[in-house]
Amino acid sequence: MTAWKEICRVEDIPVLGSRRVARDQGLDVAVFRNDADEVFALLDRCPHKGGPLSQGIVFGTSVACPMHNWTIGLCDGQAQAPDEGCTPHFEVKVEHGVVFLNADELMGHAIELTRPIAGPVSRKTTTNP
Amino acid sequence: MDMRTPFTSGAREKMKLVMVGNGMAGVRAIEELLKLAPDLYDITVFGAEPHPNYNRILLSPVLAGEQTLEEIVLNDWAWYTDNNITLHAGCKVTQVDRVKRVVIAQNAAGETVSTPYDRLVIATGSNPFILPLPGKDLQGVLAYRDIADTQAMIDAAAQFKHAVVIGGGLLGLEAANGLMKRGMQVTVVHVGDWLMERQLDKVAAQMLQASLEARGMQFRMSAQTAALVGNDSGRVSQVEFKDGSHVPADLVVMAVGIRPNTALAESMGLHVNRGIVVSDTLQTVTDPRIWAVGECAAHRGIAYGLVAPLFEQGKVLANHLAEFGIGRYLGSQTSTKLKVTGIDLFSAGDFMGKASGRPEDEECEEIVMSDPAGGVYKKLVLRGDQLVGACLYGDTVDGSWYFKLLRDGRNVADIREKLMFGESNIGDVGHQGQSKAAAMADTDEVCGCNGVTKGAICKAIKDKGLFTLDEVRKQTKASASCGSCTGLVEQILMFTAGGDYSATPKLKPMCGCTEHGHQVVRDTIRAQKLLTVGGVFKFMNWRTPNGCASCRPAVNYYLISTWPKEAQDDPQSRFINERSHANIQKDGTYSVIPRMWAGETTAAELRRIADVVDKYQIPTVKVTGGQRIDLLGVKKEDLVDVWKDIGMPCGHAYAKALRTVKTCVGSEWCRMGTQDSTQMGKDLEKAMWRMYAPHKVKFAVSGCPRNCAEAGIKDVGIIGVDSGWEMYVGGNGGIKTEVAHFFTKLKTAEEVLEYTGAFMQLYREEGWYLERTVHYINRVGLDYVKKKILEDAPLRQSLWAQLQAALDGEPDPWFELQEAKVDTRQFVPITTA
Repeated sequence: MTAWKEICRVEDIPVLGSRRVARDQGLDVAVFRNDADEVFALLDRCPHKGGPLSQGIVFGTSVACPMHNWTIGLCDGQAQAPDEGCTPHFEVKVEHGVVFLNADELMGHAIELTRPIAGPVSRKTTTNP
Repeated sequence: MDMRTPFTSGAREKMKLVMVGNGMAGVRAIEELLKLAPDLYDITVFGAEPHPNYNRILLSPVLAGEQTLEEIVLNDWAWYTDNNITLHAGCKVTQVDRVKRVVIAQNAAGETVSTPYDRLVIATGSNPFILPLPGKDLQGVLAYRDIADTQAMIDAAAQFKHAVVIGGGLLGLEAANGLMKRGMQVTVVHVGDWLMERQLDKVAAQMLQASLEARGMQFRMSAQTAALVGNDSGRVSQVEFKDGSHVPADLVVMAVGIRPNTALAESMGLHVNRGIVVSDTLQTVTDPRIWAVGECAAHRGIAYGLVAPLFEQGKVLANHLAEFGIGRYLGSQTSTKLKVTGIDLFSAGDFMGKASGRPEDEECEEIVMSDPAGGVYKKLVLRGDQLVGACLYGDTVDGSWYFKLLRDGRNVADIREKLMFGESNIGDVGHQGQSKAAAMADTDEVCGCNGVTKGAICKAIKDKGLFTLDEVRKQTKASASCGSCTGLVEQILMFTAGGDYSATPKLKPMCGCTEHGHQVVRDTIRAQKLLTVGGVFKFMNWRTPNGCASCRPAVNYYLISTWPKEAQDDPQSRFINERSHANIQKDGTYSVIPRMWAGETTAAELRRIADVVDKYQIPTVKVTGGQRIDLLGVKKEDLVDVWKDIGMPCGHAYAKALRTVKTCVGSEWCRMGTQDSTQMGKDLEKAMWRMYAPHKVKFAVSGCPRNCAEAGIKDVGIIGVDSGWEMYVGGNGGIKTEVAHFFTKLKTAEEVLEYTGAFMQLYREEGWYLERTVHYINRVGLDYVKKKILEDAPLRQSLWAQLQAALDGEPDPWFELQEAKVDTRQFVPITTA
């Protein structure tokens, strides 16, 4: 049987917006709410260049990545054509206005994926010591 | 015959859609329909030719032996099967009974096929015009229209020597070129004084003719054909002219024009006038169950023959067949960009200029560059301050730019002297000044903005079957950013897919969610006093329930700029930077740029910044180009505390708003300075910060004409002179460097504030979202802006007052989070531990 983890209430997520759910390991899970109060959950990472989807604009059942405007389907994490790619999605359920995520997925799903590195840590140190 | 499918419970019986014609325009419409409503219809297609849909434009390369018939098929047999479309290929529709709603056709075996319809699409295309000459029915006399004609020409070229092509237009020259490549001796017979007179002026046509003659093509110009003479076996043997001369001919190809194929429509009693007359929804005006699309349809009196408008029609038609009912076809403006045997030609608009002899062209002026030996000729036709026509030979890379200027009706007075030398001489470009796509290697970068190579574009066009510039932009992102490589991309499209593609819809919708353009949306928000994003979508019948990432920010901006303090600002309709009031970086962290009035700071501010950098372990501190300090790599969780600890106002470096006001030191210190530029900068910044605009706005103030603050490339640049201030507008240091226009000379600092504020308010009210001041001014004309701001003092004062009223009491989003409607939940992730 699926173990569910309570996350928040539906109204804690802005309409046509999202919240980030922090995890012990791996990147955040982004939970989205559309204008029909449906809730969706994706790894907070665009399949294109790793941008945080939780920061995108939500419309219909899609989110536009804030980095390069890829459109990602909220139901399945699929990038809209002509772009190709898929973001891991998470099982989510809403009961009496409370949002739950699958506890096993929250703990272990897609924990290997990371954000791109930016800033001085990405500087190459091999030449010119 | 009962074609109805048995009624099963729960499933509505599908409607029957029948299409007469299996060509490019009609099948594209079906493809669009399947995307929108795949299961709405049982679809049947009748095609007179025994082939699936193929790319007719590429028959010339097939004739020339450069491509095969298999390569030009667009939808193979399997496509019809996969989509459950019944295709009757090689089946000619003989009759349509509009009362019983049945299409009756005859197949190759002479059997009758009849299919009932609920809705009918006529896409019968066009027929070649055959001159009524004696001998026109002899063997070896052909038109040039379809695969059968092409095959007959290929067969003839294998057996015979002499070919005559009647008609020196595009199609005729392509046919002549193909036959020549297949080893025939070809004479082109043309009734006009010069070739392609509908696309070229005399000079360009003569250059074209000379170039073709050098390759062995022969011409009989101004020649009237009298008869085609046959030999004993009934095959054509020569062409006779009215002056008594003649040329040998084993093959005669007539390429003297096409006519919309309306015979069937006329027999059905549909209204026909230069084509089947259709409304903006492509519906015939006679029968609401019947639509017509493509070359057979006459929309507002025009039967289009180019691919792009026909595909545009197909899109609208599909929308209505899918019962969405919201698209309208408003006509297209077309240009001609042709590839004849490797020669580049482009023409658009009234390219003849004065030489047309029409009274309205008397006023035209021409700018001409002619280098016959170098094979380059360019003619630009101007009426007043507008470009109205262009004819290019040999170097066509700027064709699309000229076409855009022409279509937009842009006032070109300010760039007139540079116009001839092309777009690359107006500003910087990102493709190393390449002008000939054909000369580029596959690995060469075409689009510098998005790093797209020529090879990648060619591959996408071939693999995905792209036809229009928009499709290429969408698939490859080439020319989708700054657009300076548009001409190259069009050339590549032309070489790879054939034909011409420079036709565009007259009115560009804001995005796919609506048919309305930016101006209409703006005007409606004002006229109807709409105050919410949802209200706009509802009132203007948006196609999508809550828009998309492109239209929502635009609509939200129009609301708050049109109805300040009344409209409801929707944070979820703003791009993330304006929602979190910081600039998102590639790793998901943010950058923070505090406001540093006119670039002046203090030890206390610098100390606080240094402390914040230590406390929050901010990895990078960088001085910006706008004389401010950028803290990069701030975690979202830290943003609110960072703002508070720095204790300086929000710099809006992330927003479509007033960003920096760059200044030089000015008269307070500088020995050259004539004015106190730093103070002027502070005054401007304090008056106009927190001002949202269609796009980012940058000011600069220099204290003397040495202009150390680089005011010439800012949206508003102020330069101090001994007697006062010079004001410049519309500069831009971005993708294309645009030098600002001199606007006016002012005496006092108060005037600088008033004029700048009024100009900003005009731009805020009239600029389209994401339109920088330079593009706004280009669209409306500098004279218009001068009229409003310089000549109309009451309007200027009222605009300045409106801006001040709109900004009065606006919150600083870094400190008055609630008033600025900042959703603070976004800064804290949910934890479940």
